[in-house]
Amino acid sequence: MKLIFEKSVPGRRAVQAGPGDVPAVNIQSTLLRESAAELPELSELDVVRHFTELSHRNFGVDSNFYPLGSCTMKYNPKVAEHIASYPGFARLHPLLPQLRMGGMLTQGALRVLYEMDLLLREITGMAGFTMQPLAGAHGELTGMMIMAAYHADKGNKKTTVLIPDSAHGTNPASAAIAGYSVATIPSKDGVMDVDAVKEHLSDDVAGLMLTCPNTLGLFNPHVKEICDLIHSVNGLAYYDGANLNAIVGKARPGDFGFDIVHVNLHKTFATPHGGGGPGAGPVGVTEELVPYLPVSVVAKRSDGTYTLEYDRPKSIGYIAPFYGNFSVVLKAYVYILMLGNEGLRRVAENAVLNANYVKEKLKSHYRIAFDRLCKHECVFSISDQMAHNGIRAIDIAKALIDRGFHPPTVYFPTVVHEAMMIEPTESESKETLDGFIDAMIDIAGQAGSDPARLKTAPATAPVCRPNETAAARNLNIACL
Amino acid sequence: MIVEGLVYTKQHEWAKVEGNIATVGITDYAQMLLGEIVFVELPVVGTEVISEHEMAVVESTKAASDIFAPVTGKIVSVNSTLESEPELINKDCYNAGWICRIEMADDASLESLLNAEQYKQHVKGAGQ
Repeated sequence: MKLIFEKSVPGRRAVQAGPGDVPAVNIQSTLLRESAAELPELSELDVVRHFTELSHRNFGVDSNFYPLGSCTMKYNPKVAEHIASYPGFARLHPLLPQLRMGGMLTQGALRVLYEMDLLLREITGMAGFTMQPLAGAHGELTGMMIMAAYHADKGNKKTTVLIPDSAHGTNPASAAIAGYSVATIPSKDGVMDVDAVKEHLSDDVAGLMLTCPNTLGLFNPHVKEICDLIHSVNGLAYYDGANLNAIVGKARPGDFGFDIVHVNLHKTFATPHGGGGPGAGPVGVTEELVPYLPVSVVAKRSDGTYTLEYDRPKSIGYIAPFYGNFSVVLKAYVYILMLGNEGLRRVAENAVLNANYVKEKLKSHYRIAFDRLCKHECVFSISDQMAHNGIRAIDIAKALIDRGFHPPTVYFPTVVHEAMMIEPTESESKETLDGFIDAMIDIAGQAGSDPARLKTAPATAPVCRPNETAAARNLNIACL
Repeated sequence: MIVEGLVYTKQHEWAKVEGNIATVGITDYAQMLLGEIVFVELPVVGTEVISEHEMAVVESTKAASDIFAPVTGKIVSVNSTLESEPELINKDCYNAGWICRIEMADDASLESLLNAEQYKQHVKGAGQ
């Protein structure tokens, strides 16, 4: 495909503006550029076709299967987008509630925030939520700042946070920014090892950060015991909600003993995720931690109207401008109300069923990291293909592009060699999954019969195999 | 490839001990798992390092990995060629791809290290 500059023909124009009736002004020559700007010259139709062709090269969940593990790239129902575009929501100015009488003009939006808090409490078993964090990692940081504020308030001298070796990299980063050092806890049989937790347990332990089910798609059967151990040294247990999709409506982190929970609305609750979101990572806490939540908090007055509360002396303060990504919260609110209790349970059931279907169908073709019932995602190791044919996970991923699928997550979690992590989500039909499974089996065959060709995949993409090593070694950022 | 005469850690670092100086790098198995190395964050000369604690970072197209000090002591020199040619670790991990030299505080930390045969068994176990 040619660049728009290459399609330029001197003198060609789209809409011609008529002669202006504003008198010309003499501009100082020092302010003028020395040579004319090289702008592309095209007709309107050329421009429309150019950008339409470009748009066809987008790859998203609206066009194809997107099994990116640990990311819950599910379909976003269009009705939620539609409701979020209602002018009554979309055109609200964020400063309105601060203005005299302005609060009465924002009652609908405040009610959405208030009721979303109640819905998320019910779903997670927590006592209060903030909607402000703008993404999952921002929620983690908010949660860890609440943990630090709690310990400081209680006069607890705490230094260390326990995090399993299969955690998302954002967990240790969030703990470190909140001022803690991190102790990495090894896994046993794919889940955080209880004995290793006991070994690291001391009065220095501020808390735990745990994703459950973890990034291997495995639910830790000792999760309650681990929370109890953390509580035994006055620590707090933090639940990373990245994989809540696997248990939503079925089990509640609050019932396991977690004190702080973040929820990724852009994952479990079907708001846009790829392409920058924006996301939202509400944080919920137990009754004891509610005073530390960020300001502002939506409260309901005795007359049934809603208002923003700022008088929270123990609050960690502002962590985002205004009220977070409001329209994302609104879309998730629509999704939750639309599905209801029964619908959310079926989300978890079908997400888990789909992942196990893919696992069972593929495990005789690729080595499965842990051969047992998984939750919402399954992790394969491409180590057999690597040993026999020199084929790596990246080669399998690239070959999927030729077959019309977005590659799954590769090389994560790092505890599995040549990892390939597949999360189908509940959105996908059996027919789509069968198409993906057939493609994976076809690629496994090609790894044995024609590995050299696999190494050059994809052959059909606009850009085939960029040299990732050269790109990383020879950073060219001159254009920035 | 595992070289006789070196000592190894379970995290796949090697050390060549000459007097009280240990030359340190990562093993062939480690570079193979990491894939193509694109960046090495070298330790600073003069830094005190502790055995089994992080001392450097190696970044490949797949992941960034901590490199742990095999022995306790002080960094006395680093292989600054790696800053411009990190691929030396892929090409020649036991020679030109060395990472740093550590002046050992004492011999105590050597005791927990593996010899070539023990490391070979360790890698065999890790591959299964």
